Amino acid sequence: MAAFEPVLTRNFAVEDSQALKVYESRGGYKAARKALTTMSPDEVVQLVKDSELRGRGGAGFPTGLKWTFLPKDRQQTFMCVNGDESEPATFNNRYLLERDPHQMIEGIIISCFATKASTAYLYNRFEYITATRIMEKAIAEARKAGYLGKNIFGSGFDLEIYVHRGAGAYICGEETGLIESLEGKRGWPRIKPPFPAVEGAFRKPTVVNNIETLCCVPHIIERGVDWFKSIGNPKSYGPKLYTISGHVNKQVCVELPLGVTTRQLIEEHGGGVWKSRKAKAAVPGGISMGLLSAEELDVPLDFEEIRKTGCLGLGTAAVTVIDDQTPIMDVLYNTCRFFAHESCGQCTPCREGTTWFYKTMKRIKAGGGRPEDLELMGQLANNMGLTPGTTICGLADGAAWPIKNALAKFRPELEDYIRTHQSPEARPTPLQEAIFQGVSPSRFDTSMPEPNEPLALPNAPGHNPRLTPGP
Amino acid sequence: MPAAESPSTAPLLNESIREKIRAYIPRYPDKRAVTLPALHIVHEHLRCVPYRAMEEIAEILDLKPADVHDTMSFYGFFPQAPIGEKRLWICRSISCMLRGGDELLDVACKAAGVGGSGQTTQDGALTVEFAECLGICDHAPAALCDDGRIYGPLDETKVAEMIRDVRDPSRAPAAEE
Repeated sequence: MAAFEPVLTRNFAVEDSQALKVYESRGGYKAARKALTTMSPDEVVQLVKDSELRGRGGAGFPTGLKWTFLPKDRQQTFMCVNGDESEPATFNNRYLLERDPHQMIEGIIISCFATKASTAYLYNRFEYITATRIMEKAIAEARKAGYLGKNIFGSGFDLEIYVHRGAGAYICGEETGLIESLEGKRGWPRIKPPFPAVEGAFRKPTVVNNIETLCCVPHIIERGVDWFKSIGNPKSYGPKLYTISGHVNKQVCVELPLGVTTRQLIEEHGGGVWKSRKAKAAVPGGISMGLLSAEELDVPLDFEEIRKTGCLGLGTAAVTVIDDQTPIMDVLYNTCRFFAHESCGQCTPCREGTTWFYKTMKRIKAGGGRPEDLELMGQLANNMGLTPGTTICGLADGAAWPIKNALAKFRPELEDYIRTHQSPEARPTPLQEAIFQGVSPSRFDTSMPEPNEPLALPNAPGHNPRLTPGP
Repeated sequence: MPAAESPSTAPLLNESIREKIRAYIPRYPDKRAVTLPALHIVHEHLRCVPYRAMEEIAEILDLKPADVHDTMSFYGFFPQAPIGEKRLWICRSISCMLRGGDELLDVACKAAGVGGSGQTTQDGALTVEFAECLGICDHAPAALCDDGRIYGPLDETKVAEMIRDVRDPSRAPAAEE
């Protein structure tokens, strides 16, 4: 294989890479000019479709195909650029915004031209304060130079890009949650269909694409489909920004062909596992994708291969490394806390399930774990999310996946953890015990203090252990 | 939610704030979409979004105050009571947690002299909060100040330095025009 030449990050190390002049001097906006002056929108869509570019935001949906879902007879189209990058351990989009804002703008121009959108909203999470400032400055600069506004390159195509700041909600990274949030409402995902391509922002056909996806588009225009498909693995073509964090010596963001392995990332780019330890597990692409065991570190990180390990997918390609001194239970506790905090509360299985996970994990960590808790969590994990079809969006799948994977790959360790982490004062209370055994909490008179004595099994419907503590 | 009746009839939002909010209206086909930008503008000026401000935003955007409150309360960003001049988020998500981020929240609260996450120092200079992933995992364990400054990788001594740095007005980056 020929040496890989980075393209998305090629300007990162250049001095003053945010400036329009620097971007132009390095061949910037040539692709946009080429697309707008020599190609028709349909030709651009076809080119992107032929390149088999897949969305970099998590689901890996083919971008060109997504664009063809827009109705042919539409009057108005909106482009939403998804910069609500909140998946834990992911920061590649921040690099793209902060270090090469004009590449982002050029990608938006070409993609809006292809989808005939004349307004684009860049939905940035509020935590990206510097990135938002840089983008706003770059957009103003591009507008002044005539790359945005009316009749760009004399093609008759108009475009305005607006930065829209989020306000700290993970769920707004879900495309319909993002649209709701953009419209000024709470970020509750919508039931699909209708898909955004048919009815999205402001009830108009809308395309929602990830930042990195759109940053790939100018390079496809400039270098062609064959170049793009020469990089990566079958069905997973092109360059990808991988981020490596957690227990490694160097926490970095690197551009590599799709399909490198976790071990390559750790050894060649992350400087090895820290403190000369060994990796016990790794997260392939944001915690909602699940866990890789130490034996699976040589699986290529692309859209197809990674699924064979039981992980949900490539996700955001944000690799988090966990060393052999860290209990998997601690990792699960953290993921459960995250999802309990970020569930939007719309669907009951997710709202209740994520909190239930978190409470159970908290009790186990405090020393009150029961062997049957693992079984319970497995059952719960199998019953929430899009996979069993009980929720509107995939957040619940993301919450359940690390648990499913951990139960499949690290079960002996989890059982051992519960056995060795017992403390008498953290045992479940009689009330909790009774609930575990199937008594509805509504049967308890909660105005009374909890009974101290052990409760009898509920043997008759309507039995209230509070009032009649049993024989 | 506090009672809508307020003793003073003077508007809470001055004309320059209102002008800034109105400037966003042409960007969107629907005025309601200005809700988040408006909340951000009010928050930047008042360091909180009290109910009175929600009423006035609603008036500018042809909404009901409840619409604005519904949106505002969904997001973790907007407090109803004033926070400190600076806000500091300590990340507790996976990459930071693996490198000790969980413990650093308590250290930071102690160093700042506040009782816990979400509290403001006595002099009103600083509010310390936990956050879920801030997207700065290359600095993990990391913290973010709401003027854009990133701190990390942190340890106990660096947390103390960070608190001093955040509280020092001469170290703040120049405000954007």
